[in-house]
Amino acid sequence: METILHGLRTVGDTTLRIVERIGAIVLFLGKILRYSGPSFQRFGLVIREMYFAGVQSLIIILVSGLFVGMVLGLQGFETLQSYGSSESVGVLVALSLMRELGPVVSALLFASRAGSAITAEIGLMKATEQLSAMEMMAVNPMARVVAPRFWGGVISMPLLAALFGAMGIIGGFLVTVVMLGVDSGAFWSQMQAAVDFHHDIVNGMIKSLVFGIAVSAIATFEGYEAPPTAEGVSGATTRTVVSSSLAILALDLLLTAFMMKGWN
Amino acid sequence: MTNLVEISDLNFGYGESLVLKGINLTVPRGSLVAIMGLSGCGKTTLLRLMGGQLQAQQGSVRVAGQELNHMDERQLYAMRRRIGMLFQFGALFTDLTVFDNVAFQMREHTDLPESMIRDLTLMKLNAVGLRGVQSLMPSELSGGMARRVALARATALDPQLMLYDEPFTGLDPISLGAIGRLVRQFNDALGITSVLVTHDVQESMKIVDYIYFVADGVIVAQGSPAEIRASTLPFVHQFVWGEADGPMPFHYPSQTMGADFGLAGEVR
Repeated sequence: METILHGLRTVGDTTLRIVERIGAIVLFLGKILRYSGPSFQRFGLVIREMYFAGVQSLIIILVSGLFVGMVLGLQGFETLQSYGSSESVGVLVALSLMRELGPVVSALLFASRAGSAITAEIGLMKATEQLSAMEMMAVNPMARVVAPRFWGGVISMPLLAALFGAMGIIGGFLVTVVMLGVDSGAFWSQMQAAVDFHHDIVNGMIKSLVFGIAVSAIATFEGYEAPPTAEGVSGATTRTVVSSSLAILALDLLLTAFMMKGWN
Repeated sequence: MTNLVEISDLNFGYGESLVLKGINLTVPRGSLVAIMGLSGCGKTTLLRLMGGQLQAQQGSVRVAGQELNHMDERQLYAMRRRIGMLFQFGALFTDLTVFDNVAFQMREHTDLPESMIRDLTLMKLNAVGLRGVQSLMPSELSGGMARRVALARATALDPQLMLYDEPFTGLDPISLGAIGRLVRQFNDALGITSVLVTHDVQESMKIVDYIYFVADGVIVAQGSPAEIRASTLPFVHQFVWGEADGPMPFHYPSQTMGADFGLAGEVR
């Protein structure tokens, strides 16, 4: 009896803590929006963060996109060949990338590459009293440090997802057309006919925008709220990657469900 | 009005336990006042209250005649433009060069043309003797140099009140002397009022006008450096002369030695 009660208590306790944390992140997001004015008046601040979050994530995004596209091409070719429709492999690669893999995988990579860096940077700025010093110089760290990093992440994410998708299609093309001999005309024309701008591309972009908001909010929140110690910052960095990944996958399910409904 | 900072009947605590109890303290304009005490006695907390980073539960903190406790965020940020603070390890922005660190406030708060910001920044750096390191990153500076750059940054917009949080910690004797001299110089030459939180007795005694001693959240002694040095209060005497044992015991309270080492009988 004791153990059952203890177990129930743990479940309830954990659930409450998770809900509380999500609430805190949403409140923090509200605070970011309230202090976002300077980010847009001095857009240079955001551009700088787009460089750190976006441009510096390019290598990992482009290379991963290429590999994912190649694997998709290989797997798709093998399966489709047994039905005698291997020319449709272009459609398969493009749709998987545009609808799911592009937004989701690039967001996961973004969370571990840029999200963790944002958390660590803000956390260390806090631990070394840089945020306090800024406050004492009458500059609000929410407006000067947090908001530009948030918007830099939000703007970079859909662009990275688009590049990921483009690289994936090139990867698929290289494997299936160049290496396995699928007809190039069929590859491209079938893709062109099957991919819908609104249902596939716009929806994919909406997904990656939402993921960008989620990852950037979580990363800045974790950094800003990190205990100002070495242990605190490392813990916060880990939490950013874990919670962002979970948030991306959960949001993906939700968004996909909504978008599917729109198709009826 | 002769006092720039006036604190009266101040109580402050984190959660339930009170860190500061019934503090009364004044800092006359143009003076250099030290707050001394053991690590963890609440003196840094006191400094943060003066900067409006913390708000007291009871009592009042007035800076330049304005009550900090009831200020909203906008008023607080306006007040902070008149306050400079030097942090324990400088707290320089690690992603900006020395020059950009010192120019930070001018760029954020003024519309000065870049050429004037350049001149002002170099003047500030020159005042701390570090015009030559303007293009270095903070990670390339020694501890003492970083502290001096931070001092130039804190005084960039000529504050009325300077708050120093442990400015002497972890410095070699030469840097320590240099910082001490700069603190006094800035105070006198720029007409700043300064509050210095420190446990470095010897260095601060040389430069300050008045000393408050804080222990267990209350002010236990105050006076000029000469008065403090001559004090017969046991705690102040132990602190000033750095004696290992005294009213502040060497041993942290513990159970008896016999119990800890498993010895029979009552060995202490």
